Amino acid sequence: MNLISNYLPLFIPVVYALLMVSVFMGLCSYSVLAERKVCSWIQRRVGPNRTRLPLIGNIPIIGNILTGLGIFQPAADGLKFLFKEEITPGHVKVGYYYLAPIVALTPALTTMVVLPFGRYVDSSGNIQPLALANIDVGFLFILAISSLGVYGIVLAGWASNSKYPFLGAIRSSAQMISYELAMGLAILPVFMWSAAPGSEYGMSLFGVVQSQQGLWLGIWQPLSALIFLVALFAETNRLPFDMAESETDLVGGFHTEYGAFKFGLFFVAEYAHIIMGSGIFVLLFAGGWHFIPGFADPWPDGYLGALLSMLWFMGKVCLMIFFFIWIRWTLPRFRYDQVMALGWKILLPLAIGNLVFNTLVIAIIDTF
Amino acid sequence: MAKTKVIERKALTWAERTYLPQILTGLKTTLSNMLKKPITLQYPEERPVIPDDYRGVPTLVKDPHGREKCVSCQLCEFVCPPKAIRITPGEVDVDNEPERAHVEKAPKEFDINMLRCIYCGLCQEVCPEEAIFLQDVFSLSGYSRDEMINKKEKLYELGGTLPDQHFKWDKKKSAEALGNSDH
Repeated sequence: MNLISNYLPLFIPVVYALLMVSVFMGLCSYSVLAERKVCSWIQRRVGPNRTRLPLIGNIPIIGNILTGLGIFQPAADGLKFLFKEEITPGHVKVGYYYLAPIVALTPALTTMVVLPFGRYVDSSGNIQPLALANIDVGFLFILAISSLGVYGIVLAGWASNSKYPFLGAIRSSAQMISYELAMGLAILPVFMWSAAPGSEYGMSLFGVVQSQQGLWLGIWQPLSALIFLVALFAETNRLPFDMAESETDLVGGFHTEYGAFKFGLFFVAEYAHIIMGSGIFVLLFAGGWHFIPGFADPWPDGYLGALLSMLWFMGKVCLMIFFFIWIRWTLPRFRYDQVMALGWKILLPLAIGNLVFNTLVIAIIDTF
Repeated sequence: MAKTKVIERKALTWAERTYLPQILTGLKTTLSNMLKKPITLQYPEERPVIPDDYRGVPTLVKDPHGREKCVSCQLCEFVCPPKAIRITPGEVDVDNEPERAHVEKAPKEFDINMLRCIYCGLCQEVCPEEAIFLQDVFSLSGYSRDEMINKKEKLYELGGTLPDQHFKWDKKKSAEALGNSDH
């Protein structure tokens, strides 16, 4: 008994972490399904609707509906990656070749540690975040770790030892550098407003969300939100910025030489980035778990409120994921030089201008 | 010579140069497509509508009274460009069908090799008895080469009965009964 209570504080975080990873991975696999379904709806097709699991799929009406929605499809997709033949081409640099998918997935999963996904009001009325680790420099942590994701792509491109992956990797790293600047600069005004001197939250994501009660940052900082959103698309290597893949000119880009489960890891990493990106955008600009702008949060205190705030946040994230998919199947891919021009000639000056403008406004407010 | 009219390109407006209105229009288009009904045909369960004169798998048909029409004249075998048809001629079973004794001939075996058939429809065109038709079966498959050769039973099963405008052999019989059988 004593032993258990001694080790409980060590044990509980591990359980939380495992729980979060499983929810996150589940979201990943279902966003793959969402991608396939939404793209087929946009193209007026039906999408995956044949996969059926034995017991659940055979329940009279529900089973048919679930099968039609493709709910069982992720299981088939995942198993397919597992059962495929593992091929290692002869010309690759073996160690790095195996390392690359892991390096690609790890940062995407690491950033979720600081992602707050709800709030809990305890009995004494203190509002606490639901997060694995609510650190003061939350957003800096995310910026730092998520940009490591490009190393996986660069490593894959280099270790594959063939030209198309190499080109994809080079493009991807150039794009990452170009858009990271604009992204960081677009975020600064947000923190200048939300983490004013004397506020208790600092750079933590929880603080940003709490400062958005009643008014979302995306509404009164639309320029920051727009720049951040565009940079986010570029950082996640999503169409219209998927320079790393660009199937039409680079076969498969950085993962041309990858198959089976190693490709699966890259695939999951891509969707993990999308979910993380959606989560961060919702936290920074769409009010996190706060209700509609202009309304006070209707969530009660205690566990029920915590659950409701979490569900509301998840709903927003899902909408954001849908937006990512929607954009992908609407816009064509940019040419490489257009991506660079947009990043350096438009977004970066715009972000700097936005920063200067906001600084001036804050200075004027503070002086008078 | 046709006149070419050069249309001057207007410079993009400021709003157009940001691309944002265009992106919004695009999003609206894709969203409206999403809300429409899919045009997919769920193939094995739902079948496409086959037009009447479709040239599918060649089949043998029976007349509305369920009688065999083919008289094994072998014209189709002769005309078949890829030599897919093979007929072994035989005689009408007089004991079972005494009323058709005057037709005399019927195929003993009738094979169409579907690995050879090119669906040209010449057999249907040449048949004097209107006994062979290319109908609406368009997908067939098998595990062996033997399975891909349609035998007589299979051909009649695929063909079924089709309406007959002439009842040629009935007319011949009644003409014979009236003593007009010369021609």
